[in-house]
Amino acid sequence: MYNETEIIKDTTELGPDGELVINMGPQHPATHGVLHLVVTLNGETIKKIEPHLGYIHRSIEKMCESLTYRQFIYVTSRMDYLSSHINNTACALLVEKGMQIEVPERAKVVRTILNELTRIASHELWIGAMAMDLGAFTPFFYAFREREMITDIMEDTCGARLTMNYIVPGGLMYDIHPEFQTKVKAFVKQFKEKVTEYEDLVTGNVIFQSRTKGVGVLTTADAISYGCTGPVARASGVSCDMRKIAPYDAYDRVEFDEIIETDGDSFTRYLVRVKEMNQSIRIIEQLIDNIPEGEFVGKTKNVLKLAKGEFYQRVETARGELGVYIVSEGGTTPYRIKFRSPGFSNLSVLDHISKGSKIGDLMATMGTLDLVIPDIDR
Amino acid sequence: MTNEAIKEFITAHTPEATYDETGEWLNIIVEPNQLKPLAFMLHGKAMQMDFLFCLTCVDYKTHLTMVYHLTSSKDRTINLVLKANVDRTNPEIETVCDIWRTAEFLEREVFEMFGVQFLNHPDLRRLILEDETAIAVDEKKEGVRETKGYWPLRKDFEDPINMIKL
Repeated sequence: MYNETEIIKDTTELGPDGELVINMGPQHPATHGVLHLVVTLNGETIKKIEPHLGYIHRSIEKMCESLTYRQFIYVTSRMDYLSSHINNTACALLVEKGMQIEVPERAKVVRTILNELTRIASHELWIGAMAMDLGAFTPFFYAFREREMITDIMEDTCGARLTMNYIVPGGLMYDIHPEFQTKVKAFVKQFKEKVTEYEDLVTGNVIFQSRTKGVGVLTTADAISYGCTGPVARASGVSCDMRKIAPYDAYDRVEFDEIIETDGDSFTRYLVRVKEMNQSIRIIEQLIDNIPEGEFVGKTKNVLKLAKGEFYQRVETARGELGVYIVSEGGTTPYRIKFRSPGFSNLSVLDHISKGSKIGDLMATMGTLDLVIPDIDR
Repeated sequence: MTNEAIKEFITAHTPEATYDETGEWLNIIVEPNQLKPLAFMLHGKAMQMDFLFCLTCVDYKTHLTMVYHLTSSKDRTINLVLKANVDRTNPEIETVCDIWRTAEFLEREVFEMFGVQFLNHPDLRRLILEDETAIAVDEKKEGVRETKGYWPLRKDFEDPINMIKL
């Protein structure tokens, strides 16, 4: 049909062993943010993955060193923006622990409800985005239908839909919206009806199952060694739920199960998150009718000063264990602050679990690790 | 396991270790050259401290302190803080990433932010910040940045272009 000279020669340079190095990202549809992966391939098989981070690095740790204990909370909403409430809770709890501030019961219960709503919203976004990476477009709209109800509740109560900044040392910034309880109940009702739709669309889907089952297997020993937490570790059989290990706020008075599965593949990580959403609903149902009356914020001084010493607070975000480590010299600002972000440790395992698999499987592995890039770069 | 039992266990192995119990968890302070053997022993069968959940560094202006937060996946109520003071001008410490693999990334972060050299680390390069070559190019152009001594989280770090002092 055409001459040999007309055929365009493939001029891609190969490595010494016929390796091909390709860049995934920073603007790749499946990386959800600016994550840059340098993937070394042998044919279609992955030999090595090297993450290049820092496209959204803002040096939050250095920034916080010059912000007071009231101000630094607002920066943390920008870390893991899908769990901003839980990030704020971690910082507020740390300041309360350092200064022995009494938090009113009302604030504790409202915080717990909001944290669980955040967790559901985060998992909903993840389920839609992950399914879209794997080629299923519809779950995205289904998930966002329910997520929209949560963001509306957040907007009423906190005034913002994404970076809430509602939780302050001592309790809450202001009281909940009068319609908070009715709206949350309406959401719970709708979610329970509609959650089966995700199951029908995704869980039982043959294409989805064959793309995720047995892909990106993480063993229990590796999950511990790599410091994985959250649904990623729990899918590999590691018990690491901070809500159970070190209960904070109202988690010590509610009943819920820690979901632990042992298979460790991408499909199990998916299952753990879906089951976790149901547990979050269970927590909300126990608390929503029992919000105590009274103050929403405890008595605090105008200027907060932490005693000299070191403080560490751990909470369970939607992605895993968030740790806030503060070294205080007794002043109004932290001397050194470190955020142990769950995504950072979960990302470090990506190279290990996708070595030897095909490049098409990388989408499933990366999708189910649920990486949020600002949380990793900080 | 109580703090006393842990102290007894560690003293048997590292008699020079000092302890600080003022905080929430037991702090163990050792010399940098003793850290690796102690870490290896803590990870072993007797203590099973197999979960390194935080690794960081603090700049105290006179010295740097490496901080390792350890816990056991068998019993998450036991938490230990391992500390080692390193020299500020030439900070060097043995890597622990062959004991806890999560340390590989965490040590790379500490290296680029504080300049601590981790001996025997498999791949000690910058992770989050732009790499040295990019900074060297900038230096030629603007004449402001230096390749060496560019450790952003140290207390005496100054960047006249990108940093705002409050």
